[in-house]
Amino acid sequence: MTKQIRQLDRVVIRFAGDSGDGMQLTGDRFTSETAQLGNDISTLPNFPAEIRAPAGTLPGVSSFQVHFADYDILTPGDAPNVLVAMNPAALKANLADLPRGADIIVNTDEFTKRNLAKVGYQVSPLDDDTLAGYAVHPVALTTMTIGALADQDVSKKDAERAKNMFALGLLSWMYSRPYESTLRFLERKFAARPELVAANVAAFRAGWNFGETTEDFAVRYEVKPAKMPPGTYRNITGNAALSLGLVAAGVRSGLPVFLGAYPITPASDILHELSKHKRFGVLTMQAEDEIAAVGAALGASYGGSLGVTTTSGPGVALKSETISLAVALELPLVIVDVQRAGPSTGMPTKTEQADLNLALYGRHGEAPVAVIAPKSPADCFYAALEAARIALTYRTPVILLSDNYVANGSEPWLLPDVESLPDLRVEFATAPNGEDGTTFLPYLRDPETLARPWAIPGTPGLEHRIGGLEKADKTGDISYDPANHDFMVRTRSARIETIPVPDVEVEDPDGDARVLVLGWGSTYGPIGAACRGLRQRGLSIAQAHLRHLAPMPANLGAVLRAYDRVVIPEMNLGQLAHVIRAKYLVDAIGYNQVRGLPFTAAELETMLEEVLKNV
Amino acid sequence: MSEPIALKLTAKDFKSDQEVRWCPGCGDYAILAAVQQFMPELNIPRERIVFVSGIGCSSRFPYYMNTYGMHSIHGRAPAIATGLSATRPDLSVWVVTGDGDALSIGGNHLIHALRRNVNLKILLFNNRIYGLTKGQYSPTSELGKITKSTPVGSADAPFNPLSLALGAEATFVARTIDSDRKHLQSVLRAAAEHQGSAFVEIYQNCNIFNDGAFDPLKEPATRDDFLIRLEHGQPITFGRDGQFCVVHPPGGFGLEVRETAATSPEEIVVHDATVTDPAYAFALSRLPGLDLRNTPIGVFRSVGRPSYDSVVQEQLATARATVSETPEQQLAGLLNSGDTWTIL
Repeated sequence: MTKQIRQLDRVVIRFAGDSGDGMQLTGDRFTSETAQLGNDISTLPNFPAEIRAPAGTLPGVSSFQVHFADYDILTPGDAPNVLVAMNPAALKANLADLPRGADIIVNTDEFTKRNLAKVGYQVSPLDDDTLAGYAVHPVALTTMTIGALADQDVSKKDAERAKNMFALGLLSWMYSRPYESTLRFLERKFAARPELVAANVAAFRAGWNFGETTEDFAVRYEVKPAKMPPGTYRNITGNAALSLGLVAAGVRSGLPVFLGAYPITPASDILHELSKHKRFGVLTMQAEDEIAAVGAALGASYGGSLGVTTTSGPGVALKSETISLAVALELPLVIVDVQRAGPSTGMPTKTEQADLNLALYGRHGEAPVAVIAPKSPADCFYAALEAARIALTYRTPVILLSDNYVANGSEPWLLPDVESLPDLRVEFATAPNGEDGTTFLPYLRDPETLARPWAIPGTPGLEHRIGGLEKADKTGDISYDPANHDFMVRTRSARIETIPVPDVEVEDPDGDARVLVLGWGSTYGPIGAACRGLRQRGLSIAQAHLRHLAPMPANLGAVLRAYDRVVIPEMNLGQLAHVIRAKYLVDAIGYNQVRGLPFTAAELETMLEEVLKNV
Repeated sequence: MSEPIALKLTAKDFKSDQEVRWCPGCGDYAILAAVQQFMPELNIPRERIVFVSGIGCSSRFPYYMNTYGMHSIHGRAPAIATGLSATRPDLSVWVVTGDGDALSIGGNHLIHALRRNVNLKILLFNNRIYGLTKGQYSPTSELGKITKSTPVGSADAPFNPLSLALGAEATFVARTIDSDRKHLQSVLRAAAEHQGSAFVEIYQNCNIFNDGAFDPLKEPATRDDFLIRLEHGQPITFGRDGQFCVVHPPGGFGLEVRETAATSPEEIVVHDATVTDPAYAFALSRLPGLDLRNTPIGVFRSVGRPSYDSVVQEQLATARATVSETPEQQLAGLLNSGDTWTIL
């Protein structure tokens, strides 16, 4: 039977199941196949903090959304066109996000009385009108997988576990995905157990063949490759890109990278990734606590390494005192905060950008640091390099504010040429810098960068003592002199404020926009998509996005004042808006949400349209 | 192998230009002088020696040493020094701390540094009081101690620093006294020679807030009867006439002090700092009474175990041994790894 092939420009698929069903892996593989085909992609995993919540319950639902298109896209998509629901809980938890007409593929084997009762379905939604208006495809996924593996040398349990590969095979068929990379992946993953390779491959093929033969799926879809700049790409998550950025910073600076970290969601993957790169001289230490992690990183920086610590908000709070010490010592230090929903433990696997105040102000005394934020998963690579550049050049702590959305989301990354990456080489002090030619002045600054010399232990003739006590200008001796303290506080402030950072760019293709949307960090995608939507409807709007939050770009004030209205969407209660209002006296409007989820483009578009109407 | 070049440094070379600002009569002066006099023995160039401290009176120490030094924040010196030592195995890293710094606010870092066996020489100045904050009780103050913050007596039992270090399986544990320069330097020597964490408790007098805390161990009238001078390979006897000895009573878990005259020589414990099981040194650490009788000083334990620094550096060396590309080539390879695709 030859099936009809329909062309689509974009599709959003959400794989949802129990946290033990392997949905993250399934989504990951589908994404990889899609990347191979050359579509533009954006992904959004969503999983519970519990490793294995009780099976079949709503809290146990884990999902992975992938958006792919034949043009460049900015977000993982607001609403899925297709939901794969591996059990009743997955259906119930995700149904509200589905527009009418969407395809729903359900694993009917899991729609047992018991599983239905667990999530409060009196009657199976497959049997009443709950799903009226949707294109429902009931598939006995488990039964068919076990059946397909009947002659394989695997236990029933292992056969049942392969059902995610059956689902992947079916979806791969539906959307005409190239599957070679998945077969290779399965060979790698189960290298030690060839019988599982065979079983999973068989399950995948069974799913593919089921799509090919069943009459329930009459149409097969194609999404043509997107027109993307030429080059080599790979799909990458924010945490992976950030890790590679730190490795690259080590290579480009010629310094060993030292990571001190304490496990914390959603930052731990950076520790895992960096621990694999010892051949680059990257040393990772899983410390006894967050304080030791940053302390060890600072000690490593003192010794001439690029000291890095990675954590989330609760960890930054604990590191605060040591970051202040780094401010006083004027040593390089990169602090990565992969933000999650707070306060306290909050919602550890959900996103938020509510640590901006913490990054800007969360220290005792006048303790300014540089703060930067990546705007997308791949951008985490460049943000890490930029954080390292500022830390090394200006001898300062830099806080890099990632968040769960960019950390776990993924997108295609056009791989850079290594030689094009910034040159981060630094010079250690090697000789006395005093006028007498024999004295070493550890706080004699470079007049241009205001950075003090980085004189590492082991350098003869430069023995000196530094510490948290206030230091006299130039000599670094302990000083309680009032004028000196005033001078040093102002100098530490000036050395952050005068770091040259690129001007903020404004995207206003129509050139006549009266409203500017200003964002920072991971909201770049949804804001950009909303602006595109408005422009496609003939409305003018300008978008600017901040990468540097401290210091802010020199042109920002002028940019803000050029518009009648400035709107600042944030996944917090208005932290950037507060800074902008205070610093530039601009009457910015906040649009704020703290739901643990990224903005949808649609809601931002609706909100901005309202603003446009009232200008 | 050629003889190392003698650097011919003197105590004076280790004195910084900073005015020492401890209270007159403080035990820290004696320790500083002993350390400065001892340092040339190491025959390590000054630039390769680093003193890291936390907060407290003792933590001013690095300012007075003409080496590299960092006066950091309260309790965190072992953590900072761990990062330094792990990345710079060429350095001789010393941590100077006090009873509050090491055992209260920094307790976690101390036990983990010892557990990891980081190559640090940790000198804990124990004066059993908070000096810099002007006289509150410390985690080594005796139960019932009357201080500014405990006007009717402290309600919490003290730590025994050596028992704590041994519980963390420190590979080198010793105790000495500020006023006994010769003994102090002998302990520093042994600590410096040790590969891994060396934990040295130094009884130090705070003449302002806890004066005379260790007097029974210093006064000529009592010290010889109170102090047990541990010497590796020697039977543990003490007292001005050797009238006391230490035995391991059958059926018991610990050690006990007996009268030598009433004990057969083979019952007397022969000190062995190299016993792998920390239980022996732990038993030694439990001997002193509240009145400081039966206080052992010297090296309790000195056992070999690979240091954290050497293990992690070994891992790096192994990973790098097979690398033949330039770092840039390596990086290009890493960026291009995994599932990639090319758009022409």
